[in-house]
Amino acid sequence: MLSIKNLHASIDGKEILRGINLEVKTGEIHAIMGPNGSGKSTLSAVLAGKEDYEITEGSVTLNGKDLLELSPEDRAREGVFLAFQYPVEIPGVSNINFLKTAINEIRAYKGQTPMEAKDFLALVKEKQKLVELDGKLANRSVNEGFSGGEKKRNEIFQMAMLEPKLAILDETDSGLDIDALKIVAAGVNKLKSKDNATIVITHYQRLLDYIVPDVVHILYKGKIVKSGPKELALELEEKGYDFIKEEVGA
Amino acid sequence: MANEILEEQISGEYKYGFVTDIEADNAPKGLNEDIIRFISKKKNEPEWMLEYRLKAFRYWQTLEEPHWAHVSYPKPNFQDIIYYSAPKPKVQLNSLDEVDPELLKTFEKLGISIEEQKRLSGVESRIAVDIVMDSVSVKTTFKETLSEKGIIFCSFGEAVQEHPELVKKYMGSVVPYTDNFYAALNSAVFTDGSFCYIPQGVRCPMELSTYFRINASGTGQFERTLIIADEDAYVSYLEGCTAPMRDENQLHAAVVEIVTHKNAEVKYSTVQNWYPGDKDGKGGIFNFVTKRGICLEDNSKISWTQVETGSAVTWKYPSVILKGDNSVGEFYSVAVTNNYQQADTGTKMMHLGKNTRSTIISKGISAGFSNNSYRGLVRISKGATNARNFSQCDSLLMGDKCGAHTFPYIEIKDKSGIVEHEATTSKIGEDQLFYCKSRGIDNEKAIGLIVNGYCKEVLNKLPMEFAVEAQKLLAVSLEGSVG
Ligand SMILES: Nc1ncnc2c1ncn2[C@@H]1O[C@H](COP(=O)(O)OP(=O)(O)OP(=O)(O)O)[C@@H](O)[C@H]1O
Ligand SMILES: [Mg+2]
Repeated sequence: MLSIKNLHASIDGKEILRGINLEVKTGEIHAIMGPNGSGKSTLSAVLAGKEDYEITEGSVTLNGKDLLELSPEDRAREGVFLAFQYPVEIPGVSNINFLKTAINEIRAYKGQTPMEAKDFLALVKEKQKLVELDGKLANRSVNEGFSGGEKKRNEIFQMAMLEPKLAILDETDSGLDIDALKIVAAGVNKLKSKDNATIVITHYQRLLDYIVPDVVHILYKGKIVKSGPKELALELEEKGYDFIKEEVGA
Repeated sequence: MANEILEEQISGEYKYGFVTDIEADNAPKGLNEDIIRFISKKKNEPEWMLEYRLKAFRYWQTLEEPHWAHVSYPKPNFQDIIYYSAPKPKVQLNSLDEVDPELLKTFEKLGISIEEQKRLSGVESRIAVDIVMDSVSVKTTFKETLSEKGIIFCSFGEAVQEHPELVKKYMGSVVPYTDNFYAALNSAVFTDGSFCYIPQGVRCPMELSTYFRINASGTGQFERTLIIADEDAYVSYLEGCTAPMRDENQLHAAVVEIVTHKNAEVKYSTVQNWYPGDKDGKGGIFNFVTKRGICLEDNSKISWTQVETGSAVTWKYPSVILKGDNSVGEFYSVAVTNNYQQADTGTKMMHLGKNTRSTIISKGISAGFSNNSYRGLVRISKGATNARNFSQCDSLLMGDKCGAHTFPYIEIKDKSGIVEHEATTSKIGEDQLFYCKSRGIDNEKAIGLIVNGYCKEVLNKLPMEFAVEAQKLLAVSLEGSVG
């Protein structure tokens, strides 16, 4: 489904991604771990289409389509979803209105008519339950005044509403209390199907107890330096990043 | 809601820019006493009205055009304007069948229904409309229904004929012709506008609305609106404006006066969408307007809500004189400027009575090469004990070639007065735009969403039908401004 080949990206002339290779198949969950500043958020922003980055080399395809050619909104319409590490506030725009706009834009792209109001409301209800999002939050302005954890949960709510093919969760677990973590993980698991895939970026192996990855990758200085089964996360937790540094001889 | 509306919008072009090809009855160009006599005669006015006009004209001749606003534009040539233009056939039609079909088409294109639709099982919200095309009022709907309650809603010209005592009593009582240059000019040459009187104890059962349209070229529009709410009366009044796209600058200089008696309330909402000129700043309306209300007696309330997206140059300060004790004045404004538009707008709240309160919420949005200024005065006079004002002026910048300015003036002559002023300036966030895009929403729609969100407090004050229109307008007028 997702195929990243030798991806190099830089910002202000500084190279941050230095040759990423990653293959994600439908039905899979991949975890990406790595020290602060290693380029995890950069990778997700580049995949979502943030224009600040310059792609100097490499390719990214989603189901055979050249993702790098597409505008950020078209990537979303093709099924890419990024749960932001730092979700953005949009004052005065209700969550509901925001999502309705998004859903109908995506539908229009696929040549479908706007969703009926009552179907939309039913969908909101259903997904709200799935991620146990307080009904009041759905009606409030997008992320405005939300607590850190509420913002994260709202990202998962949006993901549930938009039903993406490829979801990238950038540290969605950080800032969540243990109950919220379980709820969010349960949400992600329920949304998992054989037709979609998820990339989970995290610092903590704890999340991976709930969202069990097929593969764990370690990103270090803009490169994936090691990939392995979920036990790799445990090893990492135990030993810290030093053993990676030794292995790559940095 | 907003997104449904935004979806409908097809292009960012000024969509009201068409010209209707109807024969017009014009005065010759230029301004002198003969022209004023011509206008007065055309309107079959009584002698006192003509006298008033002439006094105003003579006074106007002694004045210099004002230049204190933060705008710059070529000085209008007052001798190069047609001061009277009436679509033929003439005014006062008895039924819709008599209206020129071209005119009907015009209003269809503008999306205004002048059919008096029947009340549908009592739920349909209805609006009575007065339509002013160039210099005359073309049609006022629902007049009979309203008159059953004693409400007078008619063209200004008709009021002069039918209700001279009311016009004499109130006209110029809030904005005297000596008020300023453009008020004097308007008092001399005003042609038509709306008149509205709500009698004691009556809550007007529907929105009253006037739709102003400049059509003929080379003309100016000088309308006059007078709204009076007698004791315990209430009315919500809406005003909309559009004009064709022309290379020339056309002058619009209106006067609006509102008077509220004891316990009365008037809500005045405007969606101003005069042609703003093209991308390079060519053409567009000069909009120099004096709007003022007076809370004449105790416990009365006047609120102005405006959404300003049009005009090349705007110069407008809807104000409230809070004379009655416990009276309330409100000003909610969204002013958008794009390309080379210039707006200098704000309000004056003059606290004279005790326990008077005023609220000012101003949202300025500038894009392109435009300049957007808020200018506001809050004055608490001696004896206005316990007066309170709260002002909030926010500016949103899109791009780095536009300007936003805030000129708050505060004069407190009574120690018990409390004035709070808050101001913010922000840039439309790249982060916000990217967030929207990452959810499948494109740039234009994202801007529409963000801007509508930013203006929500003001848009919420508009009657439903107008809010919809206003949201569309905001999105359209900012198209192509970022990214
Ligand atoms: N606009 C920018 N200009 C210069 N450097 C930048 C810019 N944006 C990101 N970087 C740098 O790129 C590197 C990677 O940042 P990124 O946010 O991708 O890290 P991360 O792996 O997500 O870290 P964390 O675990 O802290 O979230 C960092 O060193 C960061 O300082
Ligand atoms: Mg990060």
